[in-house]
Amino acid sequence: MKIKFFDLGFKEAVALLALSVVALTLLLVYNMATYAMPAIQKFGLHFLSTTTWDPVKEIFGALPFIYGTIISSALALLIAVPVSLGIAIYLAELAPAWIREPLSFLIELLAAIPSVVYGLWGIFVLAPFLRQDVQPFLAKYFGFLPLFQGNFYGVGMLTAGIILSIMIIPTISSVSREVFLVVPFSQREAALALGATRWETIRLGVLKYARAGILGAVILGMGRALGETMAVTMVIGNRPEISASLFAPSYTMASVIANEFTEATGDLFLSALIEIGLVLFFVTLVLNIAARALIWQVSGKMKGEIRE
Amino acid sequence: MKRKLLGLTVGILAVGLIGSIALAEKLLLINGAGATFPYPLYSKWFYEYAKVDEGVNFNYQSIGSGGGIKQIMAQTVDFGASDGALTDEQLKQAPGELFHIPMTAGAVVITYNLPQISERLKFSPDVVADIFLGKIKKWNDIRISKDNPEAGLPNEDIIIAHRSDGSGTTNIFTDYLSSVSGNWKAKVGKGTSVNWPVGLGGKGNEGVTGLVKQSPGAIGYVELAYAVTNNLPYADIENKSGNFITPSIESTTAAVNGKVDSMPADFRVSLVNPDGADAYPISGFTWILVYKNQTDKIKGKKIVKFLRWAITDGQKYSEGLLYAPLPESMVKKIEERIGEINY
Repeated sequence: MKIKFFDLGFKEAVALLALSVVALTLLLVYNMATYAMPAIQKFGLHFLSTTTWDPVKEIFGALPFIYGTIISSALALLIAVPVSLGIAIYLAELAPAWIREPLSFLIELLAAIPSVVYGLWGIFVLAPFLRQDVQPFLAKYFGFLPLFQGNFYGVGMLTAGIILSIMIIPTISSVSREVFLVVPFSQREAALALGATRWETIRLGVLKYARAGILGAVILGMGRALGETMAVTMVIGNRPEISASLFAPSYTMASVIANEFTEATGDLFLSALIEIGLVLFFVTLVLNIAARALIWQVSGKMKGEIRE
Repeated sequence: MKRKLLGLTVGILAVGLIGSIALAEKLLLINGAGATFPYPLYSKWFYEYAKVDEGVNFNYQSIGSGGGIKQIMAQTVDFGASDGALTDEQLKQAPGELFHIPMTAGAVVITYNLPQISERLKFSPDVVADIFLGKIKKWNDIRISKDNPEAGLPNEDIIIAHRSDGSGTTNIFTDYLSSVSGNWKAKVGKGTSVNWPVGLGGKGNEGVTGLVKQSPGAIGYVELAYAVTNNLPYADIENKSGNFITPSIESTTAAVNGKVDSMPADFRVSLVNPDGADAYPISGFTWILVYKNQTDKIKGKKIVKFLRWAITDGQKYSEGLLYAPLPESMVKKIEERIGEINY
């Protein structure tokens, strides 16, 4: 009797729970769109292409923030993905057992540090180090690139990218490690049997097999980088400007909302900030869909290969 | 065992509930929300006032001036608090006549990072404006060294640090720049957030301080209280009378004094660039916002009583927390205004 009672309508009940997430998301978009309407009506599509953000004259454009969000996250991934994969390969394939668990634990601990702590560390330790040592070095040897020109402020796009990469390394590396651990041993054995070296075994037997999972880990990391607010705000310089140089200050969508929302009094100002939130939502959505499509493509290709 | 625990929990909850109902009957809760800048002073006041009037309890949320204005307009709080005065348009939108009651004044100082310089720097208004406009780019610019002939200013780039978050501090500072520089007024204007011509943004007083401390050659602005408690160097500013004034509680009170004669009846006045030989020119009021016609008789009475106390007896707590006490002449005017509140 008891068991039957729980079976009754269980499917419908959990389906409802799953659908509530969809409903919540739609409600969120609807609400944001409603509040953003004054700005949407006033600026239209120009909102996405205007580079001025002037609360006094009430001219609002999101382009520098969109640029800052995407570039800082891309920079973070560029640094974090190779490092994280290295960590994951070491932990899953190469590390002796006694080092594996403590190290995994330490890396996952990094993910638990509040972002404001990363921000403080960024402004008091990382930024001065970059200004005094790293930026002069980069300017001296790579200064011919527009990426490494301009004044050394310490804070800026480069600093934000580095902080973000440190914050997403635990996510990407621990998820990738789990993915590597579930790769069947027959994969490695097959590669070894064919006379593959250690690196070839990892590359052909493990990395190739696990690439869909790795992409999934990268998406998780990207999500965190796109939405990160506090740590980025503290080190990016908060200047709505598009500059080719990584040394220059920049601004992200999440940061401008966090910075200006509490003191925004004008109706248009508020609705422009909410529209930024809406844009951030869609940018995140589009990037996630793109990444998801990439996974489908990758896992589709794998169908022809031998799987367990 | 489980059942016993459950019984115990229910029992504790019941006692707590009854207790809090009993407490609520005794204490009248007055809700307020708004500015973060005066929060340390307000919480001190609420603490001390609880000893004066035991029947009332204040709940103040320091959510920012913008939020305070929104909440008092929506009548979700009994009083609002703001570092910036409401515009005529905002006052028209309010459901009733809103009073601005000045509670205290705060100064904004210019801080800098020049470790090699030991003497206090002096700035004239046009120099401050042109530094923040990005027109004066080097520390050894002739216009800076003209006021500081002995300082030995270095040939270094000036790095500007400003608040990235919307704040009353920025409002006071840009108000000052707008009043001393026509160029600034036309190009940037005043507000809690502005479109800065140059510089880096830091979040909060601590963010600006972080940027200034970490970058040699940097210049920024913070609240006086913050600069004093953190031992930051700050500059003397030339006032309307041509004197270079060190920011302090006394020179801020002098600034309020310099405006008393020209004070409009609704107290919506900017304190920047006042008359008076000893007045520090970059300061501003922070206000409590209350409706002239209070809907709740008991609450209205209690709020008025508290406001009277705060601008008289309460002022003695200002100095210890580095806020400028209101001068006598000002207190009289405010008392008259508080008397106009109906309940």
